[in-house]
Order: sequence, then C-alpha cells, then structure tokens
Amino acid sequence: MAPAVIFMVVLFAYPLFYNIWMSVTDFRVATFLTGVAPFVGLENYIDLLRNRTFYGALGLTAVFTALSIAGQMTIGMLLALFFWRSFPLNSTMRALLLAPWLLPLVVSSSVWQWMFAQDYGVINYLLLKLGLIDHKIPWLVDPTNALVAVILTNIWIGIPFSLAVFHSGLQALPRELLEAAELDGAGPVQRFFRIILPLLRPLTAIVFVLSVTYTVKVFDLIYVLTGGGPADATQTLAIFSFKLSFKLFDFGHGAAVGNVLVVISLVFAFFYIRSFRRQLESDPT
Amino acid sequence: MSRRLLFGTPLRDWTRTVIGCVIVAIILFPLYWMTNVSLQPRAALLATELRFLPIPPLTENYVRVFRKPDGSIGTIGEQAGSIGTSLFIATTTAIVCLLIAAPAAYALVVFRLRWLTLFVLLLLIVQMIPHVVVANALYAIYARAGLLNTHLGLILADASMGVPFAILILRAFIVSLPRSLIEAALVDGATHWGAFTRIILPLSRNGLITSGLFCFLFAWSDFLFALTMGTQGKIVPITLGIYKYIGNENTSWNSIMAAAVLASIPPIVLLLAGQRYITAGLVGGAVKE
Repeated sequence: MAPAVIFMVVLFAYPLFYNIWMSVTDFRVATFLTGVAPFVGLENYIDLLRNRTFYGALGLTAVFTALSIAGQMTIGMLLALFFWRSFPLNSTMRALLLAPWLLPLVVSSSVWQWMFAQDYGVINYLLLKLGLIDHKIPWLVDPTNALVAVILTNIWIGIPFSLAVFHSGLQALPRELLEAAELDGAGPVQRFFRIILPLLRPLTAIVFVLSVTYTVKVFDLIYVLTGGGPADATQTLAIFSFKLSFKLFDFGHGAAVGNVLVVISLVFAFFYIRSFRRQLESDPT
Repeated sequence: MSRRLLFGTPLRDWTRTVIGCVIVAIILFPLYWMTNVSLQPRAALLATELRFLPIPPLTENYVRVFRKPDGSIGTIGEQAGSIGTSLFIATTTAIVCLLIAAPAAYALVVFRLRWLTLFVLLLLIVQMIPHVVVANALYAIYARAGLLNTHLGLILADASMGVPFAILILRAFIVSLPRSLIEAALVDGATHWGAFTRIILPLSRNGLITSGLFCFLFAWSDFLFALTMGTQGKIVPITLGIYKYIGNENTSWNSIMAAAVLASIPPIVLLLAGQRYITAGLVGGAVKE
C-alpha cells in the first residue's frame, strides 16, 4: 500500500499542485536556470480570458468532443446490436474490431494522414472513383476539412470502446423481457427505444462520461495528423497548452490552460463518481 | 419452421457472418492500407492509379527501416533501435506497475478503512487527468531532479498511466475471491505479506495478466511523455521515431508505413493471444470498479 500511495503522491498529487503553482507564476526557460519564477497571481488566467486563441481552442474542444462522441457512440451501439445475436465467427470479428483502439495513436494518425493526402491519398481516390466528388478534396490543408478529418479519425479510434462496453451491456439484458415484447408485436425500432435504451441508460451514461474525459484530452492524434493547424483550425485546449509550454516555453500560461482542462474533466468526473459511489455503497464488497 | 442449414447453422446466421465480414473489412481498411503501402515501391504510391494489392510484395521498405540515416546497410538503424527501446520501456513499465499495484490492491480489499474508499475514488479521477497537464509539471520537476532524458524518468511517467488502472482491475479481481481464504491463512499464523504472496497472488493470475497487458500497451503507445521528457533525442521509442520519420523530408510514406506496421505488431499479437484479457480490461475498467 505504502509504495502505491507514495507513487500516486509523487506522480499525480505533486504534479497537479505544482501545475497550480506554475499557473500563478511567470514560469519560463530562465526559471530552470535561475530557479526564480515571479509570482503573478491570477494574471495568467486573466490573460487567457482576453485571448481570442483561448476561446477558439475552447470552442474547438467542445465541437471536437461532441461530434466525436456522437459518432462513436452511435456507431458503437449499432455494431453492438448487430453482434448481439450469435452467429459464426462473431467473437473473432469483435476481437478484430478492437484493433483500432489498441494501436498506438501515432500509428493510427500516420496511416490516416497518408490516407487523407490530397494527391495520392486513397480516400480522395475512392471518392473520385465512386463519383462522389469531382475534384480532390484538400483534407488536411483546409481548416474546416482538417477538423472533419481529425474528428473522423477519432471516431474510428473510439468505436471499439463503445462497441465492447455496449455489447457486454446487451448480453446482460433479460432476454425474456425482449421476447415478450416481440410476441406482443413490438417492432425492432420500438423495442430499441422503449426497452433496450432505457435499460442501458446507466451504462450509456458511463460510456458518455468516460468518452468525454478521454476525448477532451486527446493529444497524439491531433498533434501527428495536423499539428493543431492549419491556422489553429484543430487546436484544442490540449494542443494549445502543449504549444504554450513546449514551443513557446511559457510554462505559466501552459499550466493555466492545462488547469482549465482539468476542471472540465473533473466536472464530468463528478457525475461519474456520483453514480460509482452509489454502486460502492450498495455493494458491500 | 423451414430452416435451411449449412454445417448445422441456419442460413440466416451465415448471412450475418457475411455482413459482419464486410463491416470488419471497412473498419479495418486503414490497417490493410498501411500494410499494402508498406509493401509497395515508392513509384506505385505516386501513380495516378493506386494499387490495392502489393504484388509482388516488396520487402525493401522494411530493410530501409533498419538502416541508418546515412544509408549504410547491415547495421541496425534508427527505427530498429526504437523498437528495442520501446520493448524495454514497455516491459519495465508493466513490471513496475504490477509491483506497485498488486500489494495496493490487496491492501484495499483487506483493510477496510474509510479513507481507502476515498483512495479508490481518487484512482478513478486520476485516470481522467489529461496527460498534457501531467507532462507540463513533470517536465519542470524532472528538470530539477535530473530525470529528463533518462529511462527511469520515462518509465515512471509511463507507469503513471498504468498504476491507477492496474490497482482498480486487481482490486475488482481480489474482491471476487472468497474472503475466507485470507482469513484462514491469517488464523493459521500467516502474516498479511504471506497471505498475499502465497495465496492471493497465485489466484490472481488472470487479473495480473490483464493489468500487465494494459500497462505494457499504455507504455508502448506513449508519445507525449517521450516527446516532452526526451529533450536531447537520446531515448526514442518507436512512436516518437515514427513522428520524426514523418517530419523528415527524405523519408517516403512506404517506409513510414513499414515502421507503423512494426509498431503495430506487439498490440496485434497481444490482442490475438489474449483477447479475453483485453476485453476484460476494456469493459472491466469502465463498468465495474
């Protein structure tokens, strides 16, 4: 127990508090040499509130997170429903579909980067062949398209998680109830919205919260795919914080943006913990 | 009911299998494309008509991955070294995680103190903290402690992702074991350490495999910590290697994809060999405690 507590304190508690301290100081490269970081109070945060780039990053984080989650939860649920009934090779296929989630994000991002390439990318090639577009789309060069590309890639990565969790949830549903509904003449759509979805609500809430906290902090994917560009079009808070700290060596402001991100995660974590706590208290083990 | 059977399975189910294959093919297309591109010559990549089958397959890209930047052949090159670095760091991280997490999980189950429940909640919250934030502070802390550009520093940073997860998974696992086992051992005069090492650990094999696998994969996939903690470019795991590879104007995409394929092999092998552990961790980490 003791080593775990020490580990958590050193690698989480200390960095978190250190980050709060950094966010109220003018922490720059010189700080590493002199050890001096002048205290500036809330100045870094006030700077952010006056900074348009910050609002841009905040808005982008919201759009990126909302669309990613809507996409991956919908597709994940549809696939879970498809794989609900057992058929030959069912579990093998579900195992294969976990692959996008397990691969290093740098690998997935580099593959998608090449697939999105304007002139030689396979996506434009296929869209042209199918007659869906009449000219090659500048995916990663145009601001709006770049955001679409980043979200599509993130949905692809997130599908396995929703699929696996929803699938396990469906397995636990009482079959008799659904069979009874079918006998009473409820169609598949009705069964889904009237019975399955309400029964899966607690699980859906958990998937939602975990996906939000996971998506707001996405870094590798965007950094490799677009680097936050073009023209900050894909610069979420995570990327913005990184750039302030590790490109401009303005660790004070970087820490401030990071703390905003922590607060956002904690708000969602709060809802998760509340439902989890109920579970802990009702379950004496 | 007139059901036509094929190998004892209704035809309708085989229809589902076919649709399933199409779905899998679409979703896994990027992985196919990565492999396909990695086996083609550079000229084929830049042709107007793309090739969907790498025939004849070209192994040259893989050879190039193992070559040094100056082009000398036969020596183990940059990316090969990166794979070694990644294997070393990920394996060590998994071991460190288990060494810290297993006793902690045992203690959480055996000693029922009020603040331990709080500790479990903290573990859940901690997993949601953005890594960018941890990296920001760790960089400053490491700079002072002299841990930048060290294997130890990177392993500890990587372990920060795995330890909370491993404790939660192992705790859920140990909770499910009959409590009387521990009590009997303690009555027989065993210490907690004895009960832990001789009774609980051997019974927790599956939990240890699941959490170990995930800790390995977390560290194998890490990019951010390697990027921020390795300022001198001395320690380059394969993820960072691929990123630098992309940035290098001279490398072409078939070599990058070859490196990407190599970086995908351990996760894919672990997925195929340990599917049930992976699913258990994926679902268990989210749903149960």
